[in-house]
Amino acid sequence: MTTTLDNVEAQRTSVQTFDLKLGGVRELNKTLHHATDGDTFAVDHPGGKHSIAVGVNAEVDIEINGHVGYYAAGMNQGGRITINGNAGVGVAENMMSGAVHVTGDASQSAGATAHGGLLVIDGNASARCGISMKGIDIVVGGNIGHMSAFMAQAGRLVVCGDAGEALGDSIYEARLYVKGTAASLGADCIAKEMREEHLAELGELLRAAGRDDDPADFTRYGSARTLYNFHVDNSSAY
Amino acid sequence: MTLTAPDQTVAPALPAPALAELGLRESATFDRATIADIQRAAETGIYDIRGWGAKRKVPHFDDLLFLGASMSRYPLEGYREKCGTDIVLGDRYASKPLRLDIPITIAGMSFGALSANAKEALGRGASAVGTSTTTGDGGMTPEERGQSKHLVYQYLPSRYGMNPDDLRKADAIEVVLGQGAKPGGGGMLLGQKITERVAGMRTLPIGIDQRSACRHPDWTGPDDLEIKIAELREITDWEKPIYVKIGASRPYYDTALAVKSGADVVVLDGMQGGTAATQQVFIENVGIPTLAAIPQAVQALQELGMHRKVQLIVSGGIRTGADVAKAMALGADAVAIGTAALIALGDNSPRYAAEYAKLGSAAGYYDDFQDGRDPAGISTQDPELSARLDPVAGGRRIANYLRVLTMEAQTIARACGKAHLHNLEPEDLVALTIESAAMARVPLAGTSWIPGATGAGL
Repeated sequence: MTTTLDNVEAQRTSVQTFDLKLGGVRELNKTLHHATDGDTFAVDHPGGKHSIAVGVNAEVDIEINGHVGYYAAGMNQGGRITINGNAGVGVAENMMSGAVHVTGDASQSAGATAHGGLLVIDGNASARCGISMKGIDIVVGGNIGHMSAFMAQAGRLVVCGDAGEALGDSIYEARLYVKGTAASLGADCIAKEMREEHLAELGELLRAAGRDDDPADFTRYGSARTLYNFHVDNSSAY
Repeated sequence: MTLTAPDQTVAPALPAPALAELGLRESATFDRATIADIQRAAETGIYDIRGWGAKRKVPHFDDLLFLGASMSRYPLEGYREKCGTDIVLGDRYASKPLRLDIPITIAGMSFGALSANAKEALGRGASAVGTSTTTGDGGMTPEERGQSKHLVYQYLPSRYGMNPDDLRKADAIEVVLGQGAKPGGGGMLLGQKITERVAGMRTLPIGIDQRSACRHPDWTGPDDLEIKIAELREITDWEKPIYVKIGASRPYYDTALAVKSGADVVVLDGMQGGTAATQQVFIENVGIPTLAAIPQAVQALQELGMHRKVQLIVSGGIRTGADVAKAMALGADAVAIGTAALIALGDNSPRYAAEYAKLGSAAGYYDDFQDGRDPAGISTQDPELSARLDPVAGGRRIANYLRVLTMEAQTIARACGKAHLHNLEPEDLVALTIESAAMARVPLAGTSWIPGATGAGL
């Protein structure tokens, strides 16, 4: 089932607010690690600090008002985290479940190695978006940089703008949907037919991200699977 | 390396001395193994992939000797006078550092490369003697966590199976930059070993030849590593020691940068350190010997005032208690064993001679860990072969071996008058060769000469 952003807008009753101008990231994360399902937090003045809201392990809502540094929402498990601003390197890296929404742009390696959950970036994402992704769904409203979905193993990456060079290099079983153009495809990545099931899952992903793009405008990319084995004829000699 | 059929059929009928008497001379450059390599390459069109570390002869601990106590040094009595072996790893920043009874740990080896029974045996053996074992490039298995009192969880470029639950279950986290068998190389696991369980843990299709990344996906260089280490500390609430493992190539700089990045422990793996599957050309030609690497790392730690504060674990060719003692005398806080632990479990045992022969190998030579047909049931995912290794009996063998290593190291330390293994020092050592004297930075035996000591030192 696709995780959606709907719950993020759920009514917030008692919001616990952290002002990172006053307190540190350690105190914030420590509190988040002891949170229980349904708790709601706001983080003001994040000031580009690193490792904000990492290791969240409950179905909590967190709204971060401003720009964040590296690894925001890293290894998220169940948290619904909104970043009202831009995100640094590795936002939602290795996410397991939950949802992370970046209203601005994201730097390199967004959603790297993530196993699950939904990452939505309204703006652009830089290089290596979805690198080594292992099951996450990523929806990018704008463009993505070079070497995105490098060695992508599983999950789905949706790009509503253009993709940079070497898209999907050495890709495994992840599925990539790009609305605009791909500057070039990486080794073993090829354009594939958009069948009904692909249009359906793409439509679901776009809806989950709160977008109204037409799935029919996208191209699907995936693995040609020619690098899955070394020269098969000689396998006994390895 | 697998011997191909022609090599077996054309074995020389005459023993080597007889050939020499006939005036036949084997080339030192194109020896028979080299000829077989060239012909194998010509036949198959693919490089040779194998397990183990460097097989070439390099200056090693064998080239060092201890100076026992004498007129000016008092030895300690065996048995009656204590020689401590306990160590603390990771007390720089971690609130829960590892406290081990012996300074010999089990190096990172993946489930996937090794069978579940082998991993369990390593965990049982290590736990029995109060030391740690380490996961590998395939995630943490319940067998391993369940049987390991102290478990180090590796954080590798591939991040196969990486998840925050296991991170929180770990007793320490090892950020792997490289390994001695292949500094600068990624992992490899051939299709024969990618069973349904291994594939599931790594989120990969079954049966593919898996090549894992050589660079981390979300950080590059020491400035990023510092931020990455801080993130791992935040996720785990600053409880776990964080190690940084480097393959020995530029250990002086790598150690200094690891310390500056905030590592609690540096793990330094020399070129004799093993691998489950790597190109032979890589294993034999990239990296430097363990002996050459240790003094460089120790120098970096000393210059930063961090020797003994950031602990140094050395691996790559540790076989005996003498090797343990020599590594520690050169400045290591602990050592790690991999290949030797597999041998203790039965790898390359002569009792499998007939089966090694069927695989085109022989006891003492078997290194085709990538094939997954290990008759000893260690480097395999085949259920029948794996079942040959009883994890309880294997655990006992590992525990026995670790105890012997410890007692041997204590024997040497007592002879040098040391009440704790970590009191061993370079002054206890001399070298047998000029090369080893220069690398280990201890004098050539019978002289006060340390080649290069008055030079730049690097």
